Amino acid sequence: MGLIQLGGHDKDGSPDVITLTVEKAVNWARKGSLWPMTFGLACCAIEMIAAVSSRYDMDRYGAGVFRASPRQSDLMIVAGTVCRRMAPVIRKIYDQMPEPKYVIAMGSCATSGNIYDSYSVVQGVDRFVPVDIYVPGCPPTPEALFDGILKLQERIMQKRVFLTQPKEVKGALKA
Amino acid sequence: MSHLATRIEETFPGPFIKATEWRGDVAVIVKREALHDVARFLRDDPSLRFDYIVHVSSVDWPDDEERFEVVYEVYSIRTRQRIRLKTRVPESDAVVDSLTDIWRGADFMEREVYDMMGIRFRNHPDLRRILMPDEYEEGYPLRKDFPLRGKGWRDTFEFLDEPTR
Repeated sequence: MGLIQLGGHDKDGSPDVITLTVEKAVNWARKGSLWPMTFGLACCAIEMIAAVSSRYDMDRYGAGVFRASPRQSDLMIVAGTVCRRMAPVIRKIYDQMPEPKYVIAMGSCATSGNIYDSYSVVQGVDRFVPVDIYVPGCPPTPEALFDGILKLQERIMQKRVFLTQPKEVKGALKA
Repeated sequence: MSHLATRIEETFPGPFIKATEWRGDVAVIVKREALHDVARFLRDDPSLRFDYIVHVSSVDWPDDEERFEVVYEVYSIRTRQRIRLKTRVPESDAVVDSLTDIWRGADFMEREVYDMMGIRFRNHPDLRRILMPDEYEEGYPLRKDFPLRGKGWRDTFEFLDEPTR
């Protein structure tokens, strides 16, 4: 990215032209408008709600527009204990989201099942959807969730937009 | 013994097994053949009027001959009394009369007991699993001999193999 000053400049002294790659511009737009899919499953959802509300205000990162429809979302924040019976629903909603899409596993349960080593609790959402960012905590504070979102934004900035990304392999997930 | 337990013992001297009281909570254990009659008596007797079913649950006592215990907890809104009604069934014949015709609210709670412990309820209008999926085949998860981690269901994701999504 560079700033070029042509002949003159505005009254406030700012340059006329900014140069950057199209790729960077696309990534910048994507990272700044991460619309999350509402997917609160347990107590982590309470912290997620707190992160959106006025005291923490997740909208500062462009990630505050929670959608009730996967068709309008870019980011799925799986917040809470994932029961096996909920798994096909999560997978279906993930599949319905348009590309590019990202997943944050919020809290110990979504990450690994936490203490719930039982017959009905899935030992981490990464067993059936690809996860980009894991946020530890039980539950994580809103600040921890923000850290996850900022890390995700860093990753988005590193993506190559105009090259074909290697498709995630279904078989690798099941292994 | 509380007057409630005494009333039941006087009315059903044969099926009455014993009554316990702990910190004001009265529990009466009866033979399962009489469970339905005792429940009807509790609801219809003008001085008792147990008109609200609070909960139905079950206990597994793996070392006992009559392994399973079904527990009905009922409350009288009119007389503000509570009572717990218990009965025992063996594993080989784990069947109890459904009380849905007496308290309609027992429907889902009896289904939960069936789902988790495998106790069947005779004359239940719709005895299906309620928490686990209908096609769940690993047994009854709250039984003491059921492995805590289940039998593989939590780690199998058959929906990943479906071709078009």
